Amino acid sequence: MPYPNPYQFMVSPNSPATPEGSASGAPKSINDVVVRLAGNSQDGIQTIGGFLARLAGRSAQEVMTYMTIPSTISGGPSIFQVRMGTGDILSSGDEADFLVAFYDHSYKNHIDHLRKGGILIYDTDHVEPELSPDYLAVGVPFTSATIEAVGGSAKEKGKNIFVLGLLCRLFDLDVAKLTGLIRERFAKFGEDVVRNTMLAFDAGYAWPAQNIREIYHKLATNDNDSGHPQITTDGNTAMTLGLITAGVRYGAGYPITPWSTIMETLRTELQKYGGLFVQAEDELGAIAYALGFAYAGHLSITGSSGPGLSLKMEALGWATMAELPLIIINVQRGGPSTGLPTNVEQSDLMQAIYGSHGDSPRVVLAPQNVEDCFYIALEAGRIAGEYSTPVIILTDQALSSRIEAFDEPDVDALMVTPDIDLTAKGADFKPYPIDALTRHAPPGTKIEGAPYPTVTGLEHDEHGHPSGNPAQHQKMTAKRRNKIKQLGKSLPRPEIHGDQDGDVLLVGWGSTFGPLREAVNRARKDGQKVGHIHLRHLNPLPPELERIFSRFRQVFVVEMNDQGLYGYGQLATLLRARYANPAIRSITKTDGLAFKVREILNGVAELSGSRYASVSGYPDV
Amino acid sequence: MSATAEAPTPEQPQLTKKALTADHPTWCPGCGDFAVLASFYRALEQLNYPHESIVTMAGIGCSSRFPYFVNSHGGHFIHGRSVPFSAGISLSRDDLKVFVFGGDGDGFSIGGNHLDHVARKNVNLTYVIMDNQVYGLTKKQTSPTSPEGFRSKTDPWGAIDQPINPMRKLVNSGATFVARSHATQVKHMVEMIKRAAEHPGFAVVEILSECVEFHPGAFDAANPRKGGGFEIIDEEAHDKTDVTAAMALASEPWPGKFGVYYEVQRPTKNALEAGLITKARAKHDNSDDATLLKQTFARMR
Repeated sequence: MPYPNPYQFMVSPNSPATPEGSASGAPKSINDVVVRLAGNSQDGIQTIGGFLARLAGRSAQEVMTYMTIPSTISGGPSIFQVRMGTGDILSSGDEADFLVAFYDHSYKNHIDHLRKGGILIYDTDHVEPELSPDYLAVGVPFTSATIEAVGGSAKEKGKNIFVLGLLCRLFDLDVAKLTGLIRERFAKFGEDVVRNTMLAFDAGYAWPAQNIREIYHKLATNDNDSGHPQITTDGNTAMTLGLITAGVRYGAGYPITPWSTIMETLRTELQKYGGLFVQAEDELGAIAYALGFAYAGHLSITGSSGPGLSLKMEALGWATMAELPLIIINVQRGGPSTGLPTNVEQSDLMQAIYGSHGDSPRVVLAPQNVEDCFYIALEAGRIAGEYSTPVIILTDQALSSRIEAFDEPDVDALMVTPDIDLTAKGADFKPYPIDALTRHAPPGTKIEGAPYPTVTGLEHDEHGHPSGNPAQHQKMTAKRRNKIKQLGKSLPRPEIHGDQDGDVLLVGWGSTFGPLREAVNRARKDGQKVGHIHLRHLNPLPPELERIFSRFRQVFVVEMNDQGLYGYGQLATLLRARYANPAIRSITKTDGLAFKVREILNGVAELSGSRYASVSGYPDV
Repeated sequence: MSATAEAPTPEQPQLTKKALTADHPTWCPGCGDFAVLASFYRALEQLNYPHESIVTMAGIGCSSRFPYFVNSHGGHFIHGRSVPFSAGISLSRDDLKVFVFGGDGDGFSIGGNHLDHVARKNVNLTYVIMDNQVYGLTKKQTSPTSPEGFRSKTDPWGAIDQPINPMRKLVNSGATFVARSHATQVKHMVEMIKRAAEHPGFAVVEILSECVEFHPGAFDAANPRKGGGFEIIDEEAHDKTDVTAAMALASEPWPGKFGVYYEVQRPTKNALEAGLITKARAKHDNSDDATLLKQTFARMR
């Protein structure tokens, strides 16, 4: 290695020579590792996390990431957790095997997340850890070693890449692929930046971390090649590509975290498909533009996060009344109000289903992982068009930024070509027939022998012309409700994972899919009879839920929202109302963090023996 | 990418008032909006666009019922937001002729922000604001253009807030065509609507349209039949492309002048976005959708 190392490899004297359970000396192949990087938001740890995740995805490994960023403009503590390995990686991991601490606060705030026997790698320039036999502490001067490698004027830039080099060596990652990714990423900043970045990488790679390598040697790769190339990306990007595949070419939005990256990508991507995304003046304008596109005959989208969805509610009511197709994405975050803008929560379910005014039934879907963000966008597009209805996709902060690897979708089979039907209509044309699905004639369509149709938020007749007739309002209200019911009947019955009947059924929706699967797998290993269903269709609900519930003694709905005034989370409240089933109870939490498998299992244990309606992270008053 | 209706041809059938007439207006007898509607019919007859390419949209209020009385594609959106809705139509369908109608509340109060932003983007559409200086549909509350001292149900002692000066606001908004007319002057209205419709970009015409029920006589000062004077801007003397001159004209004492205050040529958002699309498509060899998407996926492997 070109950079001689002037520093000593520091191992805490009180630490055990090797962590619990590892064979001394012999390099060991591992198939699953969780690395948590903790630093400040400007240190670029999201960047290295992204590199690791993409590398894993490109090396036929499964990967899942988890990140938090502060809601400050600049600075503030930030973490990136990446879990890599073989087999089904369902969650980003409860506990870390490795904690990389850039600062004292990173160490203090995250050492509890390091498993017993795990390894703490810390920056000796900034951190003085308390030594403990619970973990192996390895000090490496990230900051000064990087300055040394890159040159004196570099300040603290590049230490993230130094750490990346270190990790690359520790896990025998593919150096060629990784440096290729680094070059790709930094090429646009010029050759100097690429050179400095590579200097920092090489210095990290050359660091003599032999002691750690003896413990963790080589990350295994999946050998069962499915024949499909894997792609690696985050939830918001997968959603964006799903929308494009669904035929979306027009949309509008207004910036808000964590939705913004969808609009940013659509703004830049849609042009090459001949489409257009408008950054509107506000949320109300955004949905107005999107509905204008829809009225003009396009499959169009808008989106936001919690408070922005609230601002769109009046127009959403209009869309229900005018029966225009529209996809609305809500990347949920902690609420109410500006709440926890960079943390996860699933507390917009009621808003999505019942928000707006009047009786305004609509479709609400929730993707369960990054791959599903792609496919749910396709499904939303199909439903919106077929039923002339707004469709809300409830994704969340955890899914938006989490990176996963999955099989590349079959573009040729899935691509929907946008098309506007301007076939002339005759005297019999009625856009709003009382006994059939609504079919619009977009502007530009000749109407012969009948008045031109109007779209309106006023109650209307079958031609779209206003009608205040009481019987007409009752009939049209039923029409709008019945088409959503009709969709419900056509939905697939949810599949039960695990035991098909037994003691406990766990019910979840959205990004809790992975941790719930893992919880069920672990509980079944312990001999419990547990099943799991994950609801992708939240409004209308899929058929046969009643029958599924009846097979289990207890039904626990696991969701990231509050237990509410009456002891049940939002989905649990809806299911209890729908099925009047007292076996349905809640496991909820609102700490802004993704569910840990342990938390779910603790909730199940507690609730199974409890007379209380629900368990949640906070005691009742 | 967008579907295109046939371009007007010499053989195109003459668009008539009869073909354009829909339901009988529900406005109060004597309402100024009847004359605006009649002028719009006449303007369309003269412009002779293909019938199916005409879109009339509106927000909420008395004047916003307008599209129901025109037999064309279109409709009635929510309060204040018909301008971005119509901008969505225009930006994605260059083959359509998009007209938006609304009142002073819809345009200057609840929709004030949308008006400013769609104007500054110079989206290609025509916006007709029928200003009666009162909220009529909700039965007499103060509007953003109600004069100081105006007695309404929300200001029974007389309005105390300074009213908006519509011409100053519109010239300042970035609109590329700003004109003003009076509902008693049909010939002038027809001319203003026609010029606005033919203007490439965001064209707005404010028409003083009296509410006989809740604010009668509001515009008598500009009505020769009521002893006022309808003074038309001398376009030889007024430089329409000079924003300072337009603002000076807009600042003249009530009732001011009528006609085109401001008219400039600036690239429309429609054209600018189309340019970006052409460039982006060319950069990607004008590939079809599936090829483009596969290329994106390939970068994620």
